[in-house]
Amino acid sequence: MFDSVLVANRGEIARRIIRTVRGMGLRAVAVYSEADADLPFVREADDAVLLGPANPAQSYLDIDKVLQAARATGARAVHPGYGFLAENAAFARAVIEAGLVWIGPDPKAIEQMGDKINARNLMEAAGVPVAAGTREPVSDLEQARRAAEEIGFPVMVKAAGGGGGIGMGVARDDESLTKAFEQACRAAARFGGEPAILLERYIERARHVEVQILGLADGTVVALGERDCSVQRRHQKVVEESPSPGVSPELRERMLAAAVRAGEAVSYRGAGTVECLVDADAQDFVFLEMNTRLQVEHPVTELVTGLDLVEHQIRVAAGEVYSVEPRVSGHAIEFRVYAEDPRRFLPGPGKIGVWEEPEGEGVRVDSGYAAGNTVTPFYDPLTAKLCVVGATREEALERGRQAVAGFRIEGPKHNLPFCAELLDHPEFVSGDYDTGLVSRMRNA
Amino acid sequence: MAEVRAEMVANVWKIVVSEGEVVEEGDTLVILESMKMEIPVLAEDGGTISKLHVKEGDVVQEGDLIAVVE
Repeated sequence: MFDSVLVANRGEIARRIIRTVRGMGLRAVAVYSEADADLPFVREADDAVLLGPANPAQSYLDIDKVLQAARATGARAVHPGYGFLAENAAFARAVIEAGLVWIGPDPKAIEQMGDKINARNLMEAAGVPVAAGTREPVSDLEQARRAAEEIGFPVMVKAAGGGGGIGMGVARDDESLTKAFEQACRAAARFGGEPAILLERYIERARHVEVQILGLADGTVVALGERDCSVQRRHQKVVEESPSPGVSPELRERMLAAAVRAGEAVSYRGAGTVECLVDADAQDFVFLEMNTRLQVEHPVTELVTGLDLVEHQIRVAAGEVYSVEPRVSGHAIEFRVYAEDPRRFLPGPGKIGVWEEPEGEGVRVDSGYAAGNTVTPFYDPLTAKLCVVGATREEALERGRQAVAGFRIEGPKHNLPFCAELLDHPEFVSGDYDTGLVSRMRNA
Repeated sequence: MAEVRAEMVANVWKIVVSEGEVVEEGDTLVILESMKMEIPVLAEDGGTISKLHVKEGDVVQEGDLIAVVE
């Protein structure tokens, strides 16, 4: 086992990784931008290196600077967290070429899954169900029109290299197809890529359910249950829970088996997530994409399996050979506490005056901030993840209500009032909800 | 005359219109970016852009003047 880990990330996830790294008796090295100098993750690390200005391109995304920080501090391994360089195969290769341990899958697996069209075709070949859609990216509106006609409206339009819901849109007719296509092209241009656009059959009453997998050092892949991420605004997740209340035991069995096949198809090592769309009415699913990294919402899986996923990432990366017998018990829910207004979900950064986290049985808070810190406009709006676990979903919901009420934040805008509203919403409480829930709540 | 102001702290990512241009209600004037999200700023009324108070790359605070539409 290596003796030190550089965490190439910021905020709550850097802090959460540092906690496990130090808990394993390893030295944790943080890297940070000028805007983040006062955040808890910087002072909780054993060593911290300033990368540069707030702009991610000059700090968290600057591969040379991150590697330089590893050299300067003698770090032996690199954990990328999520976002930033986590799914950048060139970074993974640069880490390995620098003689360091990359805490993640083989760079080839990152590449294979990073291109969504390639991933889809690969999954289809591995016997994982995929949605009807384009086999090759389309680059102009005429091609998009022909593809939509073949697939049949409604269709989902997205940039092939995109992620996190950016540039995704639903087209129900020719007119909205033009709009969605242009939006996806703009997103593709912002990722610095060619206008490679994907079209897929759009499922009306869809649930977004993903399977956590863990590829072990001996080559076996295990599935650690699923997470339901159907509470979304602007195609981005707000609340996740495990197990999914919308998946029957029979469907779960098929999904977990398919996720294992997906992982095996790319010889996956470490923690990864196979994202699927579930047709709530038909109780069927299709592959959406695979995230070759730790997921934001990994705590809900940790709470129902009792496993520390970061610890397993580190042990697998260190080449330790062992087996895992996955067992799921209880019910966990995560609320993403975003710095945004709870009505329109518009960003609301600001200086934190009051920050008081709830405590109690079955409550876990992964936060990136403390009182006195400033939530800046430079990074995503996630300030904390409020997680609850109970023996049953009802108990988890009740603990969620108490924990949301007990979380006090003053200064930046925050969506805790939305979380409280959701916890009393009949559709969410019933468990029979889909990805349209939040827009229905706001348009009612 | 209508003043268009920023609703939040943000970076000015793109200026879509220019001074002197005639816009209609709902037209996008500028696109702000905050916390990795693009936020289009729309004209609440039609008119002529008499003054743009921001340029691309600027940082605006909540309440800052972005444009004047006459």
